[in-house]
Amino acid sequence: MLEITGLSVNYGTIRAVRGISLTVARGELVSLLGANGAGKSSTIKCIAGALKAAGGSIVLEGQDITAANPEQVIRAGLATVPETRDVFPDLTVAENLMLGAYIHRRDQAGNRQNLERLHTLFPRLAERSNQPAGTLSGGEQQMLVIARALMARPRVLLLDEPSLGLAPAIVERIFEMIETLKKSGLTILLVEQNVNQALAVADRAYVMRLGAIVASGTAEEIRSGSDLSAHYLGG
Amino acid sequence: MAFAIQFVIDVLSLGGAYALMALGLVIIYGILRLVNFAYGELIMVAGYTMYLSSGSGLPWLVMAALAVAMAVLFGILTDYAAFRPVRAKSVTAVLITSFAFSNLLQNAALLFISPRPRNVPLPDIFSQTVSIGGAITPVRNLITIAASIVLLAAVAFLMRRTTLGIAMRAAATNFTMARMLGVPANLIISSAFALSGFLAGVVGILWIGRIGTVVPGVGLEPLLVAFIATVIGGMRSLPGAVVGGFLLALIDTTLNYTLSQDLLKFRDAFTFSLVILILLWRPQGLIKGPASGQRT
Repeated sequence: MLEITGLSVNYGTIRAVRGISLTVARGELVSLLGANGAGKSSTIKCIAGALKAAGGSIVLEGQDITAANPEQVIRAGLATVPETRDVFPDLTVAENLMLGAYIHRRDQAGNRQNLERLHTLFPRLAERSNQPAGTLSGGEQQMLVIARALMARPRVLLLDEPSLGLAPAIVERIFEMIETLKKSGLTILLVEQNVNQALAVADRAYVMRLGAIVASGTAEEIRSGSDLSAHYLGG
Repeated sequence: MAFAIQFVIDVLSLGGAYALMALGLVIIYGILRLVNFAYGELIMVAGYTMYLSSGSGLPWLVMAALAVAMAVLFGILTDYAAFRPVRAKSVTAVLITSFAFSNLLQNAALLFISPRPRNVPLPDIFSQTVSIGGAITPVRNLITIAASIVLLAAVAFLMRRTTLGIAMRAAATNFTMARMLGVPANLIISSAFALSGFLAGVVGILWIGRIGTVVPGVGLEPLLVAFIATVIGGMRSLPGAVVGGFLLALIDTTLNYTLSQDLLKFRDAFTFSLVILILLWRPQGLIKGPASGQRT
């Protein structure tokens, strides 16, 4: 479904991602783990088209999207939820969701149906439909960006740190929702620092450190691997 | 009473024109975080289009529509000539290319038309006056007020109710995120330039309708006015631009009425002193723009 080979990303002279390769199969939930500065978010932004790759290739369902710009990536069927939780604060919740369906704006009926489905998944968003998105709580904003990404009807979803800065009770609900999405057949690449929770929902995982992948395997294998904390603590 | 009516009409007509000018500038700034220094030349283009079509015998409204269309065209051309090639690379470069494009247009007018003022055809109604409650008022002031109400309402509708407008507002807060939702960057930017050109075209006709003639440097004052109005109102807020425009007109008109003949030639000095005071009080401008302010 998503195949990344030898991907490198540079910020000026800093090499943030150094030739990593990973694959995500259809319907699979893969976690990308690692400490701050490991290059996880750069990888995500590069797949989304927001950063240019310095080398390597990104292939989505047989289509090369390495050099695609963000508006082409979403049309190819890959939606991204960035870690910065970018709601449009002055627009209402409903307007945010409407823009999520921008690439399907001709298909009004389909969007209404999709919106109804998302409103049952996130009842809070239905209640706050006409409120500016900037007035929502952190957890609600996170739900809004995920719902907005789903309005584009993607086949692959990239989630960058959905639990960042949220209260434990809300984190739990976000992970429940990720599981629901996985059951619906969506292919997901999940970036997390919250290792235990990420491994609980993931089929497989990769661990990044200093821009390279240092471990990979099934969630079980990664969890039992004794060197996981070493990668986090820099040992 | 007559005096009060006169004053209100003066403020509203000047303010309407200022607000439209400011809006045209802030629409570009909000999305690109770049000031379009070639904005004044769009007004010049509208004026010269009127001048050049004056011999054609077309009805005045057709000439006016042509002038607005040319301003829109040159607005989009500004994007292709000055912004698009260097936009992603450097802010400084765009600053210079938009200055260069402005100079290019002005010099083209100097070279191919004339450095001297040229008469612009205006319908008789622009020079007529009416009496409202005892106040003698030029009809063109009422036309300006009506035009600005209609256009401000139309822009508000566009930005609040249409997908394109909402996408433009989204792009103004977070361009990259809007693109990640599939909103094409080039479409949004070209639309912003077209809308900016449209406003400049209409303002151009109203503005030149006050003076009656067009010269190559005619756009300088409107650019300055628009820039100051947006600074007062808040560089990134569309309502701010409108408020700033009307406030600047209020200041200008009040000074016109109250300053003695000797001091009147220093009116701009008084105006700008007040602008400095406003900015000391509210450095961000009166109305705060959208929350995030990352350049794209």
